[in-house]
Amino acid sequence: MEHITVVGASLAGMATVRALRAQEVEGRITLVGDERHEPYDRPPLSKEFLAGTVTEDDIRLTDADDAELDVEWAIGQAASSLDTADRAVVLADGTRINTDAVVLATGARARRLPGSTLQGVHTLRTLDDARALRSELVAGARLVVIGAGFIGAEIASTAIGLGCEVDIVEAAAVPLQRALGDDMGAVCGRLHTRYGARLHPGTGLAELIGKPRVTAVRLTDGRELPADVVVVGIGAQPNTEWLAGSGLEVDDGVRTDGHGRTSIPEIVAVGDCAHSYRDYTAGPLRLEHWTNALQQPAAAVAALLGREHSAPAHHAVPYFWSDQYGHKIQFAGHRAADCAVQIEEGDPDSGAFLALYLAPDGQPVGVLAIDRPRAFGQWRRKLAQRL
Amino acid sequence: MILVGELAGLPPGESARVHGEVPIAVFNVDGELYAIDDTCSHQDASLSDGWLEGCAVECPLHAACFDLRTGQPSGPPAKKPVRTHAVSIEEGLIYVYESTRVATGGAVAEEVG
Repeated sequence: MEHITVVGASLAGMATVRALRAQEVEGRITLVGDERHEPYDRPPLSKEFLAGTVTEDDIRLTDADDAELDVEWAIGQAASSLDTADRAVVLADGTRINTDAVVLATGARARRLPGSTLQGVHTLRTLDDARALRSELVAGARLVVIGAGFIGAEIASTAIGLGCEVDIVEAAAVPLQRALGDDMGAVCGRLHTRYGARLHPGTGLAELIGKPRVTAVRLTDGRELPADVVVVGIGAQPNTEWLAGSGLEVDDGVRTDGHGRTSIPEIVAVGDCAHSYRDYTAGPLRLEHWTNALQQPAAAVAALLGREHSAPAHHAVPYFWSDQYGHKIQFAGHRAADCAVQIEEGDPDSGAFLALYLAPDGQPVGVLAIDRPRAFGQWRRKLAQRL
Repeated sequence: MILVGELAGLPPGESARVHGEVPIAVFNVDGELYAIDDTCSHQDASLSDGWLEGCAVECPLHAACFDLRTGQPSGPPAKKPVRTHAVSIEEGLIYVYESTRVATGGAVAEEVG
């Protein structure tokens, strides 16, 4: 292949470029990205970067040695359409990039509230988002976080560390219910209370009050929470609208097989925008996990080049982590609704512990740990053995 | 020189953490002992909690791999190496000799001290 175009210049896009060169692709590589920044790592945006303990330089995904990757950069430009008949990526300014193959790595974006936006209301996905939020999280500021998912929880944790007053509003009765289930979701939710944030479960957002700047949040149960800053953390959606009319199968992300191959030859999809078949669950899953974005590209590149790819078995076990209030939360595997939870080590009420999620047949299919990284690593590998 | 403990207390496949100027991780790989800086050069994580695979350790959080013999990362997400330290066994006890940090024009070189 003479020319491969990678659309999306975040972790999955950069990992793709590295994998292409590592797998000895010598042709041209163009990397398209809609942000004006060079690639950076997103997890610190809600943690160390927001806290001000690391800089933009610290979170760069590239370094001086990467000149060897010999990439043609097209950053600060969104892709606006994919011409599959003519094999071209069309950019927002009309530029056509003719290419032999395309890697889709456009990621996801923060879901927003409908309607007009007030000053002081934020989402957090990009470096620009993080800069804007950081400037408002000053000591004493009253922050209301809408949504107690991982992003919301991490922002709450960071804000507590910065001396803010923090309220967290969660529509479900228990935070993280879908990922972790009722019991373990409640355990994670208690971290907020323990460190001084106020968690309001089972109530939704009715209205943001104030003009032009937000001053309060009205809840569906009628209460009103005063707010200087509001963060909306209600999930993300894949960036796939630009693929309309391309002929690709898009359904909550670009559908792919277990190797990242789409329904069209020479087009693969990786990272948050890919709704891929997973051996681990024997079904399709769209994962928004950092580790997936880092590891999936090597397999997709091999598939694109028609080569075999072997990765360590535990790479097939979905994995994510979260840092909250100085605690390391790690999860691997996949929780189904009919899983039972078994505490394997430690005690959820007093701090560090490791819990297994057992399928109805008694087989462990997931593992959750707080501050037990070593045992967690062992269990993550044991989970891979069932594949 | 830092006393790690009895060799019998660190069987093959196990690791220990000791405190020098910075935390140091000590590993027993099939009877060979290695010591490296404990803190991952990528982001804050303790490598002594990591997974041993041959002469490499995988960071327990983000899967950065380091060669225990050289301290070099095998690839992203880590870009910088960790320091390595000399280890000796005397009369059944493990000792680590912490390398000194030598700053040279922004880069950190090392020498065994």
